[in-house]
Amino acid sequence: MADKTTIIVHSGDMDKVYSALIIANGSLAMGMEASIFFTFWGLQRLKKGALEKGPLSKMNMFGLGKLMVKLKMKKVGVASLERLLQDFKELGGKILACDLTMEIMGIKKEDLREDIISDYCAVGTYVSEARGSTITLFI
Amino acid sequence: MAEIKVDCTGETCPIPLVETRKALRKAKSGDIVEVIGTHPSSKKEIPMAVKALGLELLDIQEKDGVWRIRIRR
Repeated sequence: MADKTTIIVHSGDMDKVYSALIIANGSLAMGMEASIFFTFWGLQRLKKGALEKGPLSKMNMFGLGKLMVKLKMKKVGVASLERLLQDFKELGGKILACDLTMEIMGIKKEDLREDIISDYCAVGTYVSEARGSTITLFI
Repeated sequence: MAEIKVDCTGETCPIPLVETRKALRKAKSGDIVEVIGTHPSSKKEIPMAVKALGLELLDIQEKDGVWRIRIRR
């Protein structure tokens, strides 16, 4: 079995989703497998058109802080979340959507980006992914 | 045997690593992948990935802040 990274994305904050996707992509690039389990506020980011819409986890200042960070990121040449997500899929990463969150928040499959979601599942799937993983993170 | 060039000049973490991996996946056994970039950490980390993937690192060069890494698939 290959080394594997399993990440829970509970936060919908832009900077935290960046952390998750960068680590997940890095894992795939270093020859590991990777799965990201999106739950609660994290799952909101998988709604159509919502990936880049998360606030900054600190100093968001009604979006002003986020705007400043975004400008700086552009200047530094940071890839968009969309590009990181597409790269993650291309390198064989799995995106898992939490179905409990979907029930609680009244999210339907058609509200989500079904094209990039590998599976809709619950804690059992997370545990079976995570128990064989050398890296597990909760973000 | 093909030689594949990947230009990551101006790209930052994690793109040089990711683009290297994408190119290596597409390459056939024996092909050479040459990655060019400017992100300092990637110069150290691409060789780590090459080792983890069990591939052959052929050469690393750097001139005026631009590095060039050659890998055999």
